[in-house]
Amino acid sequence: MDALDLARWQFGVTTVYHFLFVPLTIGLGVFVAGLQTAWHRTGKEHYLRLTRFFGKLFLINFAMGVVTGIVQEFQFGMNWSEYSIFVGDVFGAPLALEALLAFFLESTFLGLWIFGWDRLPKRVHLACIWAAAIGSNLSAYFILAANAWMKHPVGYEVVAGRARMTDVWAVLTNPTALAQVPHVIAGAFVVAGGFVAAVSGHRILRERRAGRTGEPAMWRGTLRAALVMTAIAGAVVAGTGDQSARLLWEQQPMKLAAAEGLRHDERGAAFSPVPGIEVPKALSLLAAHDPDAPVQGVEDIQRRYEAAFGPGDYRPNVPVVYWSFRVMVVFGLSAVALSMLGLWVTRRRRAVPRWLARATLLALPLPATAMIAGWLLSEIGRQPWTVQGELLTAASVSPGVSLRAVAFSLALFTLLYGALAVAEARLLVRYVKAGPEPAPAPAGRPGPDDAGAAAPAPAPTLMY
Amino acid sequence: MELTTVWFVAIAFLWTGYFVLEGFDFGVGVLLPALARGEAERRQALATIGPVWDGNEVWLITAVGAMFAAFPAWYAGLLSGYYLPLVAVLAALIVRGVALEWRGKVEARARAWCDAGIVAGSAIAAFTWGAVFGNLLAGGPAGTLAGGALALALAALHGAVFLALRTEGPLRARARRAVPALAVPALPLAAVTLPAIPGAAAGGTGEWTAHPGAWAAAAAAMAALAAAVALAWRRREGWAFAATAAAVALLTASVFGALWREPLPGLTVAGAASGPYTLGLLTWIAGAALPVVLAYQGWTYWVFRRRVAA
Ligand code: HDD
Ligand code: HEM
Ligand code: HEM
Repeated sequence: MDALDLARWQFGVTTVYHFLFVPLTIGLGVFVAGLQTAWHRTGKEHYLRLTRFFGKLFLINFAMGVVTGIVQEFQFGMNWSEYSIFVGDVFGAPLALEALLAFFLESTFLGLWIFGWDRLPKRVHLACIWAAAIGSNLSAYFILAANAWMKHPVGYEVVAGRARMTDVWAVLTNPTALAQVPHVIAGAFVVAGGFVAAVSGHRILRERRAGRTGEPAMWRGTLRAALVMTAIAGAVVAGTGDQSARLLWEQQPMKLAAAEGLRHDERGAAFSPVPGIEVPKALSLLAAHDPDAPVQGVEDIQRRYEAAFGPGDYRPNVPVVYWSFRVMVVFGLSAVALSMLGLWVTRRRRAVPRWLARATLLALPLPATAMIAGWLLSEIGRQPWTVQGELLTAASVSPGVSLRAVAFSLALFTLLYGALAVAEARLLVRYVKAGPEPAPAPAGRPGPDDAGAAAPAPAPTLMY
Repeated sequence: MELTTVWFVAIAFLWTGYFVLEGFDFGVGVLLPALARGEAERRQALATIGPVWDGNEVWLITAVGAMFAAFPAWYAGLLSGYYLPLVAVLAALIVRGVALEWRGKVEARARAWCDAGIVAGSAIAAFTWGAVFGNLLAGGPAGTLAGGALALALAALHGAVFLALRTEGPLRARARRAVPALAVPALPLAAVTLPAIPGAAAGGTGEWTAHPGAWAAAAAAMAALAAAVALAWRRREGWAFAATAAAVALLTASVFGALWREPLPGLTVAGAASGPYTLGLLTWIAGAALPVVLAYQGWTYWVFRRRVAA
C-alpha cells in the first residue's frame, strides 16, 4: 500500500458515496416539482400532502448530496494535485461553471422553497422548486462533460506538459458527453422512479393492512406516475447505453474488451452474456452495428499500447469491469421491466395486486446498484489512465501528501460517511413509515389565476 | 487589466463573499447554545440562517472551482499543501451541514447531537480557515494561531450582530448585549494581526511602507469593528451589521492583496494561470452570470428580511 492506492480508495469510496444521493436528488426534485405543479393546477389537497411528504424525503437526501459533494471538489486538489495541474485549464472550467451556473441556483432556490411557503406568492414558490430542480440537472451536465473529457479528451493541446483548452464547444459537445449525460440523468430518473414506486408500494401494503380505503387510491396514483417515469427513463437509458457502447468501440477499446472479457482481436466477435454461453457475432453487432466488424481484444491492445506509450501494464481490472457491466444492465433493466409490467397490470383503474406492491420494494435497490456498477465500469475500465492516452493515474497523485495523511483522511471519511448513512437510512424509514401528515385545515386553494395574495398557508412543516 | 489580474481579483471577491456571508452563519452556529435558551429560541436563531446558509457555502465552492479553472497550480498547491487542515474543514462542513438540515427532522433526543454538530462544525471551520490563511501569510505557529483565533472571534462577533439584526424578543436583547463582550477578544486580536498583513504583502521583506493601501484597509477594518460595537449598543443593528461585514471584507481583501505577488511560496500568479483562451471564456461567462446570481441571492435576503419571532 502506498499513498497512491489509498488516494484511489478514498476517491472511489467518497465518489460512490456521493453518487448514492445524487440520482435521488436529480430525479426526486423533478418529481416533487411535478406534484406541486399538480396541486397548483388542480387544487386537490392530496397533491399538497404528497408534495410535502416527498419533499421531506427529498430534503433529507439532498443534505447528504451537498455535504459529500464539497469533498469531491476539494479532493482533486488535495489528492490529485498533479492531475489538477495537468487538466485544470480544460477540466476546471466546467467545474467552475457548475458552481456558478448550477449550484447557486440549486441552493438559493431550495432555501427559498423550504422557508418560503408562507412568504412567497404561490406561483413564485412553485417556480423556486423548479429552479432548484433545473439547477440539479444542469450540475449533472457540467460534471459529466468534465468526466467525459477524461475518457475522450477533445478540444485541447498539450503545451509545456499541461493541457490547454483550444475549443470549449468541442469540450461541451464531446460525443462521449452527449451519450453519457442523458444516460446518467435518465438512470437517475430510473432510480428516483424506483424510489417513489417502492415507497408507494410500501404505503399501499400498510394502508391495506390498516383497512383504510381512500389512501391506497392516492398511492396507486404515485405508483403509476413513478412507473411511467421509470419506463420512459428506462428506454432512454437503453438507447444511450447502446450509444455509449458504440463510442467505446471507437474511443476506449480497452474498456470494451474488458467489459466483454475479449482477449484477442476478432472479426464478427461473439457476445457472452455470462461465461460459457456465446452468441455468435452479437458483440460486433452490439458494438458497431455490423455483425462482421472487428473488435479489439485486451492482450492485443496491451501490445499496441506498449508500442505507443512505452512499457507498462495498460489492462484494467478485467473481472471487475466485466461483472460491473452485467450488473448494470441486468439490475437496471429488471427495474425497467418491472415498471412496464406494473403499468400493464394496473392499466385502466385496475387495483394494485399485492405481489406488485411487494415487488416494487425491489425497484429501489436494483437501479441504485446498477448506477454504482455503471460507474465502476466507467471509472475502473479507464484505468490505468486518468486522462485516456494522456495522463496515468500513477502520475496524477499529489507527490507531497504522505501515506499517513491519506490513511487518516480515508479512515475519517469512511467512519463519518458510515455513521451518516445509518442516520439517513433511519430518518428516511421513519418518515416513510409515518406517512404524509394530515391535510392542513383550511388550505388555501390555489387557482390558476392566483395572483399571489397571501392565501392562508399551510403550517410550514418543512422548516427547521 | 490583464486577464490573470481580473481572475485574481474575481477569486478574491468570491472568497470575500464567502467569509462575509458564511462568517455570520458560522457565528450564529458557534453562539447557538450561548445565546439561544430553550428549543423555541434555538429554532428562532437557526431560522435566521436556514434559508441562506447553503447558498452562502456555494461561494466557497465557486471560489475553489474558479481557482481550479483559472489558476490550477494555485488550487492544487494550496489544497494538497494544507491537506490535513482541509480534511478538518471538510469534516466540519459535513457535520454542520447535515446537522442544520436534519435538526428539525430527527427525534427530540437526537437534537442535542445536531446542536453539538452545529457548534463544533461552525467553530472548527471558522478557526481552520483563519489558521490556513494565517499560516500562508505569516508561517509558524504564531501566525497560524492568531489567524485561527481572529477568524473565530470575528465570526462570533459578526454572528451576534446578525442575530441582533434578524431576531426579536429576548434573543435579540441577548445577542445585542453579547456584542461588546465578543469585541473583547476580537478587537485586540485584530489590532495585533491586521498590521502584520501589509508586512507579509511585501513578501515578508518588511517593505510595508510600499503598501499604503493595505495599511488603510487595516485601519478601516479596525474602525469598522469599533463602530459596529457602538452601533449595536445603540440598537442600530443594520448599520452594525454593515460595519462587521465591511471589517470582514477589508480583512479578506488585504489577505488577498498580500497574496498577490506570491499566492504560494515560490509560485507567481502568472505561473499558476490557465491559458488566455480559458481565462477569456471564463470572463465572458462569469461577467454574464455573476450579476444574475447576485440579484437572486440579494432577493432571497429581501424575502427573508423580516425579523424572526420566537
Ligand atoms: C450526475 C450527477 C453528478 C455527478 C457525477 C457528481 N455530482 Fe456533485 N452533485 C450533483 C450531481 C453530480 C447534484 C445532484 O447536483 C448535487 C447533489 C445534491 C446537491 O445539492 O447537488 C451535487 C452536489 C455537489 C456539491 C455541493 C453543491 C452545493 O453545496 O449545493 C459539490 C461541490 C459537488 N457536487 C461536486 C462534485 C464533484 C467535484 C464531482 C466529481 C467527482 C461530483 N460532484 C459528481
Ligand atoms: C459520481 C459518479 C462516480 C463514481 C461512482 C466514480 C467512481 C470512481 C472509482 C470507483 C474510481 C476508482 C477507480 C480505480 O482507482 O480503480 C474513480 C477514479 C477516478 N474518477 Fe471517478 N467516479 C464518478 C464520477 C467521476 C467524475 C464525474 C469525475 C470527474 C469529473 C471523476 C474523476 C475520477 C478521477 C480523477 C479518478 C482517478 C482516481 C483514481 O484512479 O482512483 N469521477 N472514480
Ligand atoms: C441496455 C442497457 C445498458 C447499456 C447497453 C449500457 C451501457 C453503458 C456503457 C457502455 C457505459 C460506459 C460508458 C463509458 O465508460 O464511456 C455505461 C456507463 C454507465 N451506465 Fe449504463 N448501460 C445500460 C443500462 C444502464 C442502466 C439501467 C443504468 C442505471 C439505472 C446505467 C447506469 C450507468 C452509469 C451511472 C454509467 C457511468 C457513467 C457513464 O460512463 O456514462 N446503465 N453504460
